Amino acid sequence: MDLFHNLAIGFATAAQPANLLYAFFGCLLGTLIGVLPGLGPLATIAMLLPITYALQPDAALIMLAGIYYGAQYGGSTTAIVVNLPGESSSVVTTIDGYQMAKQGRAGVALSTAAIGSFFAGCVATLALAALAGPLTATALLFGPKEFFALMILGLILASVLSSGPFIEGIGMVVLGMLLSLVGTDLNSGSQRFAFGIPQLFDGLDFVPLAMGIFGFAEIVKNLEQDDKLSLVTQKITNLFPTREDFRRMVPAMLRGTTLGTLLGVLPGGGAVLSSFASYTLEKKLSRHPEQFGKGAIEGVAGPESANNAGAQTSFIPLLTLGVPSNVVMALMVGAMNIHNIHPGPEVMTKNPTLFWGLIASMWVGNLMLLILNLPLVGLWVKLLTIPYRYLFPAIMVFCSIGVYSINSGTFEVYEAALFCVFGYILIKLQLPAAPLLLGLVLGPAIEENFRRAMVLSRGDATVLLTSPMSASLLAAAAIAIILIMLPTIRARREEALQE
Amino acid sequence: MKGLAIRNHRAFASGALFLAFATFFFVTALQYPAGTAAKMGPGYCPRLLAIVLAAIGLVVMFGAMKPSAGREALRTWDFKGLAWIAGSVILFGALLFPLGLVGALFVLIMVSSRASHEFTWKGALTNAAVLIVLCLAVFVYGLGLPLPVWPSLLN
Repeated sequence: MDLFHNLAIGFATAAQPANLLYAFFGCLLGTLIGVLPGLGPLATIAMLLPITYALQPDAALIMLAGIYYGAQYGGSTTAIVVNLPGESSSVVTTIDGYQMAKQGRAGVALSTAAIGSFFAGCVATLALAALAGPLTATALLFGPKEFFALMILGLILASVLSSGPFIEGIGMVVLGMLLSLVGTDLNSGSQRFAFGIPQLFDGLDFVPLAMGIFGFAEIVKNLEQDDKLSLVTQKITNLFPTREDFRRMVPAMLRGTTLGTLLGVLPGGGAVLSSFASYTLEKKLSRHPEQFGKGAIEGVAGPESANNAGAQTSFIPLLTLGVPSNVVMALMVGAMNIHNIHPGPEVMTKNPTLFWGLIASMWVGNLMLLILNLPLVGLWVKLLTIPYRYLFPAIMVFCSIGVYSINSGTFEVYEAALFCVFGYILIKLQLPAAPLLLGLVLGPAIEENFRRAMVLSRGDATVLLTSPMSASLLAAAAIAIILIMLPTIRARREEALQE
Repeated sequence: MKGLAIRNHRAFASGALFLAFATFFFVTALQYPAGTAAKMGPGYCPRLLAIVLAAIGLVVMFGAMKPSAGREALRTWDFKGLAWIAGSVILFGALLFPLGLVGALFVLIMVSSRASHEFTWKGALTNAAVLIVLCLAVFVYGLGLPLPVWPSLLN
């Protein structure tokens, strides 16, 4: 069968010693970052992008992917042990995970999270491999108007699912698209919004913007709230769940995995949404809803499986359609562009070893994390005792050097400082930055496909609505907008998305 | 006009920010030929997007003035912290070539450390020493990134 043949190519790539090493580095770094609060996978991937210049493309992507799902593991560790979500996707794990830890069952909670994540990772890897072929085939049938409609749908869904009022999310998307216009217009060759600055001719660089907003501005925000960490240091013993625990966690894991696999594919979905949705589902289905919030093992098993499955399947739209579904995926686009790979249906046909290697490395990475995480829990928890005042200058240093290395020039450094101020304004106005980045990444492709579609239709915009495929994609986007405007759903959404 | 007081200051400022960006992009885009829908010039999409953003900005601003809008104030700003952090990055850029990596990193770490409420000279100096050695080991000798390590006068 094709699937197995492809997976065999993938495992051959992923199992090369160098790639194994980078997967390991990625997982280790990811876990480290997941553990440290205030340093997300975004800032880290942005920080490490320049370092990947020197690597082979497959090694670079394998490492960056490892950081992403490693961070999910690390985030859950601190959520359980010290009630601090290292990552936004492990916020729900704090609810029951920390309660379990207080009852002396930290070990069981940790292994539940690890086993759940591993299981979900395996399923999601298979889903990714199975779905990649058909989706790519569909994408190859797409013309400019279908791509345009698909990306609009992605951006609308991403704003619907981002926190804060929907209209402000859309505003951020449009602002991001406007920022993406900076640079040379490919059709006419003329400069737009570059003001004669040569560094802007190639467009606004993604990395300084991401670092300014998610690196530097976050630091200013974190420094404002100087709440001290209260560590509940306790020996973690007894990692093994009892038979009763297994009986309760297995169904939760299966449901969480299914939910995460499905929601991860949605644009704007991914790990965070999946974990919240799974927690709600588990609480609804449980015969003992009163135990939730007091150490119910389902409240750990479900969301932890869901966030890992979602993290992994969010690669599907990126790798097959070229549409990043969340900001981390948008950064992966940046990483791929550095290596001259343009995400989309062609990746699978042009770079089969890279494509399948990346997929296979996810499974390998999950296995590494399972082995890496449980014995090292003590070490990770110790890391939390590093005071933030020593940690944030280190982030400053890595970000600054990273930003400089993009072009070996100081222009990008100043750019990052400017976006730090801009990012701080966004934080204070509570405007979501994620839609801005998605707009920035998708902007050029949207403009290009829009213009091509209009050329083909001789300027008739109704063609977007008369072609069945693009009409149904745009209709889906319209339905999402209408749904979000309905008062009951609006209230539910605000409830679900607030952190 | 009693009904039109700004109730949600946060949303109003956000809308104003959108409107300001939209105006800036629209006015700048006026220099670029728009073309027609069938043959778009470089100015077509910028104008279109700027108009959409301006409309969104206005909707958000009016939404903040509706009698039904929830009251929300602007948050307090920590300009000092922002100035230390953004300033240290600018200094790093400005000093990298004149002072070299070691000097620029030292300034970056010391200046940004001041942003913390728990700043101590001893702590910051130790941290600077550790981080500089780490950076030299990882970036310069490990990864071989082309960074100017020492002041340009010495080369």
